[in-house]
Amino acid sequence: MELTVEGLSVARGGMPVLEGLTFTLTTGNILILRGPNGSGKTTLLRTLAGLQPPLAGRIGLPPEAIAYGAHADGLKATLSVAENLTFWARVYGTTDIEPALAQFNLKGLRNRAAHSLSAGQKRRLGLARLLVTGRRFWLLDEPTVSLDQASVGLFADAVRSHVAGGGAALIATHIDLGLAAETLDVAPFRADPDRPTRTPTAFDEAFT
Amino acid sequence: MTKMERTKQSRDAWNWLWEWANPVKFMHLTGKALPWVVGLTLVTLIPGLIWGFFFTPEADKFGSSVKIIYVHVPSAMMAINAWAMMLVASLIWLVRRHHVGALAAKAAAPVGVVFTVIALLTGAIWGQPMWGTWWAWDPRLTSFLILFLFYLGYMALWAAIDDPDTAADLTSVLAIVGSVFAVLSRYAVNFWNQGLHQGASLSLDAEENVADVYWQPLVLTLVGIVALFVALVFIRTRTQLRRRRLHALELRERMADA
Amino acid sequence: MIALLVRDLRLAVRAGGGFGLGLAFFLIVTVLVPFAVGPEGETLARIAPGILWVGALLACLLSLDRIFQLDFEDGSLDLLATAPLPMEGAVVVKALAHWLTTGLPLTLAAPVFGILMNMQAPGHWWIFVTLLIGTPALSMIGAFGAALTVGLKRGGLLLSLLVLPLYVPTLIFGAEAATRGGAGMAVTTPILMLAGITAGVVAFLPFAAAAAIRINIR
Repeated sequence: MELTVEGLSVARGGMPVLEGLTFTLTTGNILILRGPNGSGKTTLLRTLAGLQPPLAGRIGLPPEAIAYGAHADGLKATLSVAENLTFWARVYGTTDIEPALAQFNLKGLRNRAAHSLSAGQKRRLGLARLLVTGRRFWLLDEPTVSLDQASVGLFADAVRSHVAGGGAALIATHIDLGLAAETLDVAPFRADPDRPTRTPTAFDEAFT
Repeated sequence: MTKMERTKQSRDAWNWLWEWANPVKFMHLTGKALPWVVGLTLVTLIPGLIWGFFFTPEADKFGSSVKIIYVHVPSAMMAINAWAMMLVASLIWLVRRHHVGALAAKAAAPVGVVFTVIALLTGAIWGQPMWGTWWAWDPRLTSFLILFLFYLGYMALWAAIDDPDTAADLTSVLAIVGSVFAVLSRYAVNFWNQGLHQGASLSLDAEENVADVYWQPLVLTLVGIVALFVALVFIRTRTQLRRRRLHALELRERMADA
Repeated sequence: MIALLVRDLRLAVRAGGGFGLGLAFFLIVTVLVPFAVGPEGETLARIAPGILWVGALLACLLSLDRIFQLDFEDGSLDLLATAPLPMEGAVVVKALAHWLTTGLPLTLAAPVFGILMNMQAPGHWWIFVTLLIGTPALSMIGAFGAALTVGLKRGGLLLSLLVLPLYVPTLIFGAEAATRGGAGMAVTTPILMLAGITAGVVAFLPFAAAAAIRINIR
C-alpha cells in the first residue's frame, strides 16, 4: 500500500500556500515534514486527511487507510481515559484498547477523567487514539507538543512498532524523534505570491 | 476551473449566458449595460409613478389611497423575485463555482429586504383606511413578515463569516433550505388563517382585479422596478467583485510579507 | 453510530444540566405567562397549547449551540470527519441525542405543566402527542442551524435568528393540532402536516447539515 501525491497544491483561506508537491509514502516508511511555522504543513496534512479539497494535483490513497492526529486531541473532559479510547475504537470498528493503553503508559490512568490529566498525559491519550483506529497511514501534526523526554521516547517507540508492523507515518515536527526516516522540507514548494499563475484559482484566473 | 468543466462549457449552447459568470466579462458587460438599465429605470419608474399618483381617477370605495398600489404591488413582487434570484444565483455558485453567482446573491439581499420593508410599510399604510388596522395576521402579511426574517438571517450569516468562500457556501445552503421552508411557511400560514387581503392584484386575467386606468401606469412601474432592481444588483455586484479582488490582493500581500 | 449516541448521552448526563436546564426554563416560561396575562382560568386554558408549544420551542433553542460547538472546539469534529462514519449519520445521531436530552423531557413535562395553565382533559393528551411528533423536527432543524454556525465566535445569537423562522411551519401545525385536539375538533390535517414536516426534515436536512459542517471545518 502506498500514499501517492502528484503535483499537489493546497490552499488556506483561498490562497495557495504550497504548490507542486510530489512524493510517495509506502508502508514500512516514515516521512518527516519540515518547514517553518506557517509554511503550510498543517494545511497539507488536513488536505491529505480529506478535510479540505486540494487546489490542484492528485492524491492516491487506499480507502479507509488514514488516521489523522491534529493539534487538538478531541478528548472529552468528563469521560475517563478508557471511555475516551473506547469511543474512538468503536467508531473505527475495533474493540481492544489495552495495547494502546500499554504503549503510551496509560494503564494506571485508565479510570481518571480526562480533565484531571496533565497536558502531556492528554497528549499521550490523544496519540493512543491512533493505535485503536487500526489504520495504516498516520498523518500527525506536531505530535510531540507538551510531551516530556520520556513520553517522546514512548511515542517514537509506538511509531517504530507501527511501521514495523506494516504501517506508515507522515509526521510534521520540529524536533528530532530519533527515527529512521526520510525528510521532506516543504519550504521549496511554498507558493510564490508574485507568480500567482502557477496554480491559478478560479478567481485569480478571472481577473488576469 | 478544471479542464473538464471548461470543455463542458464550450459545448454549452447557453455559452453566451455563462459569459456573465466570468468576473472580468461581467464587469465589462455590466459596465456597458448599466447606463441603459438606469435609463430604462428612469423613463419607466418616474413617468409611471407620476401618472399613477396624479393622473388616475380616485376609486369609489378606495379613495386616493388606491394610488399606493404603484409602490406597494411592484415592491411586493420584487421582494419575492429578489429571493428567487438569490436562490438561482446561489445554485449557480454551488454547482458551477462562479464567484459572480455568490456575490450577486449577496448583492441582491439588501435590495430585496428593502423591497420587503416597503411592501410591509405601504401595506400597513393602505390597510389602515381599508381594514381599519395597521396590521392584521393575514396570510399574505404574515408571509411577508416571515420573508423579512429570512432576509435578515441570510444577511446576518454573510456578515458573520470572515472567509468569503465559506460565507458564500454556507449562505447558499441557507438560501436553498430557507426557500423550501419559506414555501412551507406560506402553506402553513394559509392553513392557519384565511385572511382579509384580496387575491393577487396581478394575474393573467388582471382586468378582473384592476381596471384599465389603473393597470396601465402599474405596468410602467412594474417594468421600472424590475429595471431598478437589475441596476442596483449590477452596481452592488460590481462593488462586491472589486472588494473580493481587493481581499485577494491583501491576502497575497500578507503572504509575500510572511 | 451507537457509540456516538452513547457518548453524547453520557456527556449530557455528566455535564449535568443537560436535561434539567431546558426543563427549568420551560417551567419558568409557563409560570410567567399567567403573571403576564392574568389568572383567569378561561383565558389560560384557551392559550395553553400555544404557550406550551412556544415554551418548548424556546427551551429547545437554548441547547442547540452545544450540538456541534463543543466537538468543534476540542477538535473531535475534525477527527469525526476523518473517521469511517458518514457525517450525515453523525448529524442524525447528534440530533437524536439532542432530542433525547431536550425534546423528549419537554414532551413528557408539557402535560403536567398544562395543569398550571388550567388545561382541560383531552388537551393534555394532545399537547403530548403533538410535541412527541413535532420536537424531533425542532431538534433536526436546530442541528442544521448549529451546523451552519459551528465555526463562529458569536454564533449563539445568529443561530436563533436563523433557526426561528425555520421553526414557523412546525409551530403552526403543532400548536394548531394541539388546540384543535383540546377543543375536541378534527386534528387529522394538522397532525399529518406536522408528521410530514418531521419526516421530511429528518430525511433531507442531515445532508444539508453535513455539507455545512464540511464547509465549516475545511
